[in-house]
Amino acid sequence: MTVDHRQHHLEEIRAWIALGLYPIQYVAALPGRVGAWASESLASRGALIKENRQLREEQLLLEARLQRFNTILAENQRLRQLFHSSARVSERVLIGELISVDLDPFRHLVTINKGTQDGVYVSQPVLDAEGVMGQVIRTTYNTNTTMLITDPAHAVPAEVNRSGLRVIVLGTGESHRLEIPHIPANADIEKGDLLITSGLGGQFPPGYPVANVTSVARDPAEPFLVITAEPAARLERTREALLIWAGDHRPPTEAGDPEVAP
Amino acid sequence: MTLIRHQNGWVIVLSFVLALILTMLPLPDWAELGRPEWVALVLIYWCLALPERVGVGVGWLMGILLDVSRGALLGQHALSLALVAYVAALFHQRVRVYPLWQQSLTILMLVALHQMLGLWIRGFIDQLPNSWLYWLPSFTSMLLWPWLYLILRDLRRKFRVS
Repeated sequence: MTVDHRQHHLEEIRAWIALGLYPIQYVAALPGRVGAWASESLASRGALIKENRQLREEQLLLEARLQRFNTILAENQRLRQLFHSSARVSERVLIGELISVDLDPFRHLVTINKGTQDGVYVSQPVLDAEGVMGQVIRTTYNTNTTMLITDPAHAVPAEVNRSGLRVIVLGTGESHRLEIPHIPANADIEKGDLLITSGLGGQFPPGYPVANVTSVARDPAEPFLVITAEPAARLERTREALLIWAGDHRPPTEAGDPEVAP
Repeated sequence: MTLIRHQNGWVIVLSFVLALILTMLPLPDWAELGRPEWVALVLIYWCLALPERVGVGVGWLMGILLDVSRGALLGQHALSLALVAYVAALFHQRVRVYPLWQQSLTILMLVALHQMLGLWIRGFIDQLPNSWLYWLPSFTSMLLWPWLYLILRDLRRKFRVS
């Protein structure tokens, strides 16, 4: 146990055992999969049409926003060239699906159906459509285990989008609450502030939403503010996750269908 | 394990596989905390019924599988299940003749022991659970035991597992 905890020599053995356990995991996930399939294929025509319309509207909206985004991106690039700083490398992403199996109820871990065969690496950031979900802590050949940002052992370096104040966002073990420790009472942080990844620490690429501040309490007896936040990602409802290759890590060329994210 | 007088070992293997599936089966949030320790229950049953076939070694093996499937520290469940198997095998003659409710109480103690060791190891690596509901599986396991016992006993008799 000590060896596993301290030195990670056993990761390979664990990966092999996990591969052997995959059929069992597959069977355990079947009811959830059948449920999802049934609700998809038994949906009424009306509901489908409605959803289709909704998606089309959403796409239109997003495309409109993207047009502006492109011009801003170009402008940003120009400004960076003016400053002689290196342009940000665009990240590559791969979409993985959550396998609906339960792990330890007191930790916040999920299993995703992409593993080392897709080039997934340990400490790889995982996002959903709304924000940061967590990071990969273990990989096997065809699955990986991701620790969510709400896990009590997880911390993300972040900054307040409005003021640029650097903070650390800690998980609490509750799925709707994050903590931000060690912020002095005169710091510029308010209820409703958006926290985004700061890129410090080098694991998470900068600029992705992490959480929204839900309360800032000043307790005169405490040296620091008591700040709680709510994760931006929909950790409990999402079924797909985006795996991101950031920094020096490059995905293998044959990996699935990696698209270039802006 | 492969001596000739042993037969129908697949029933044992199947029961353990089912227990693992039930351990991983997604449950709604409110029920998740009370999920019985299926693997521990099945292990205790076989240790009571056939202590010469299922013992500490099987307990350790199932524990390792449980560690991997739950993403726990490798060896956490292995240690506690091996100990549970040892205690169950030690007292099997006494527990076997208990009435069912008394057996259930013994199960409560055994599963609590299993969880206690788990808590201890989590404490070492600073991953302590933040609520008393951690102990709920001991009680749900206790309540489930009579049914599980009867089902597994009938299975064992039907297939003449020995």
